[in-house]
Amino acid sequence: MEEPIVVAEGLHKRFGTTHALRGLDLTVPAGTVCGVLGPNGAGKTTLIRILATLADPDAGRARIAGYDVVRETERVRARIGLAGQYAAVDEKLTGRGNLRMFARLYHLPRREAHRRADELLERFGLAEAADRQVGGYSGGMRRRLDLITCLILRPAVLFLDEPTTGLDPRSRGEIWDGIRQLVADGTTVLLTTQYLDEADQLADDIAVVDHGRVIATGTPDALKARLGDRLDVVLQDRAQLERGASVLAGLTGAEPAVDAEHARLGIALPGDTVRLADVVRELDRAGVAAADVSLRRPTLDEVFLSLTGRSAAEQADGADETAPVKEAV
Amino acid sequence: MTTAPPMPAPPASLAGRLRWTAADASVLVGRELSRLRQEPGQLVAALIFPGIMVLLFGYVFGSAIQVPGGGNYREYLMPGLFSMITFSAVMALMMRVATDASLGVMDRFRAMPMARSAVPLGQVGADTLVSGPLALVIMVGAGLLVGWRPHNGPVATAEAFALLLLIRFALSWVGCYLGLLVGDERTADHFVPLSLPVSMLSNSFVPTDGMPAWLRVVAEWNPVSAMTAASRELFGNPGAPTGDDLSLPLAHPVAAVLVWSAVLLAVFAPLSIRTYRRRGR
Repeated sequence: MEEPIVVAEGLHKRFGTTHALRGLDLTVPAGTVCGVLGPNGAGKTTLIRILATLADPDAGRARIAGYDVVRETERVRARIGLAGQYAAVDEKLTGRGNLRMFARLYHLPRREAHRRADELLERFGLAEAADRQVGGYSGGMRRRLDLITCLILRPAVLFLDEPTTGLDPRSRGEIWDGIRQLVADGTTVLLTTQYLDEADQLADDIAVVDHGRVIATGTPDALKARLGDRLDVVLQDRAQLERGASVLAGLTGAEPAVDAEHARLGIALPGDTVRLADVVRELDRAGVAAADVSLRRPTLDEVFLSLTGRSAAEQADGADETAPVKEAV
Repeated sequence: MTTAPPMPAPPASLAGRLRWTAADASVLVGRELSRLRQEPGQLVAALIFPGIMVLLFGYVFGSAIQVPGGGNYREYLMPGLFSMITFSAVMALMMRVATDASLGVMDRFRAMPMARSAVPLGQVGADTLVSGPLALVIMVGAGLLVGWRPHNGPVATAEAFALLLLIRFALSWVGCYLGLLVGDERTADHFVPLSLPVSMLSNSFVPTDGMPAWLRVVAEWNPVSAMTAASRELFGNPGAPTGDDLSLPLAHPVAAVLVWSAVLLAVFAPLSIRTYRRRGR
């Protein structure tokens, strides 16, 4: 059987007193997209840095396309692309200047480097901005440039560390489209994200990481089925909360969470057992006036709550970034 | 993406590896040239500073300073300003390297199949080949305008400039190492003003005779003093050190600059390359 293109076995990494990875195992079969999902401080970036030869593990081993990331760094580097959380491009150069420089650093002959730069700019919609300084690019354009810089040679494995964190929805969509194009070309992608919907959109398999270990793996559908969708009902009148709760309990067989201050009821819907239309009809029949009824995927917080019994915010010890944003779908 | 070109195989021979290193470093030197082209404002800023220094010292402070052994103060001053602009390479490199480190560009370089020493070498080389000569040309222009002249013929003059570029090369490795150590732009920014007192605590602007004994020792062993003294000697400008009570570096300034360069290079070039490779590990 062919070895998976990314193999990590028992990775440990400690920074001072912080134990970033505690025996992390992960495999990614060639040609697939693996989403590593976890909150800040879970060890996602450390994992990527080790796989991309930027850091050495304290214990454990990792191989990319069969090459050891510690002992065969040069072979590994010739096969990977890396886009980090910060757009790693030269702000003072133009978009075209950046691509040409990196192409030359990949040891392409000058003419080939120029051709490749033009081609990528055209293909990923940056041709018009190509001769402007990157310092003046929008966040989305910068990330896109960062992304296509990884594609100058076709890497066997592309590592994307939180490719859309901090981007507006439109830019996120652009990055997603870019990633989908790559995947269609057969590139193996390992991406980290704090957003379940991002992993859901892009990944074939998801690995949920907590405290430096993988605590759950599966396809997005399998994980969702395990966690269930979330139903939120906001009532017009707080006085009807109790009656509304009993309607939801009758439909799902579970007790909904009651948020009295916002007149909101929330409950997990395992599988496809209950349809939104049923909820609306039953509330109506019971005479409960709903201001809003929505069905959404569980947030990362809820994934964590269900997998670990703790909320994701509690996990992010010392992390300075904001907790993952909850989004209605 | 059917058109993606294949990755050229890494060379196995030593000569081939050296060629890769040279090619990578030259691309990074080209990067500095492109940056300069993109931001001609930097060039203007680079012109303003020497202009101010020449005016300030040549005409304001200089009017009150007695040149040892007599002579025109502006002739005495210019070698000091050449040293100052040369010493500023430490700060320039520290800023540039720290900026690359904080923006993540350095991680990208490190994750690419590039020659390992190419990034530090490219950044230092860009300074020595582009920024250094440019700064000197501007300073020389300013000097010529205010009456400074080299007096010892073309050979000694060329030697003086070669010596300045050599120590600039050595000093920029120090800056490269500091930039890697600091690792982010904002912290590096705080250190930049330190360049001024280090440059001034020397024989560049005033003779060291008048300083308190302990300070005089510090000033005379400052490599900046050796650079200035060597320039004065080679250009034939006034204030070249004489007398029996000279400290060793000022008695043999040219040799002192050569020794300083060799020591700084031997320590900081390997240290920088090692730190670059080990960063974040």
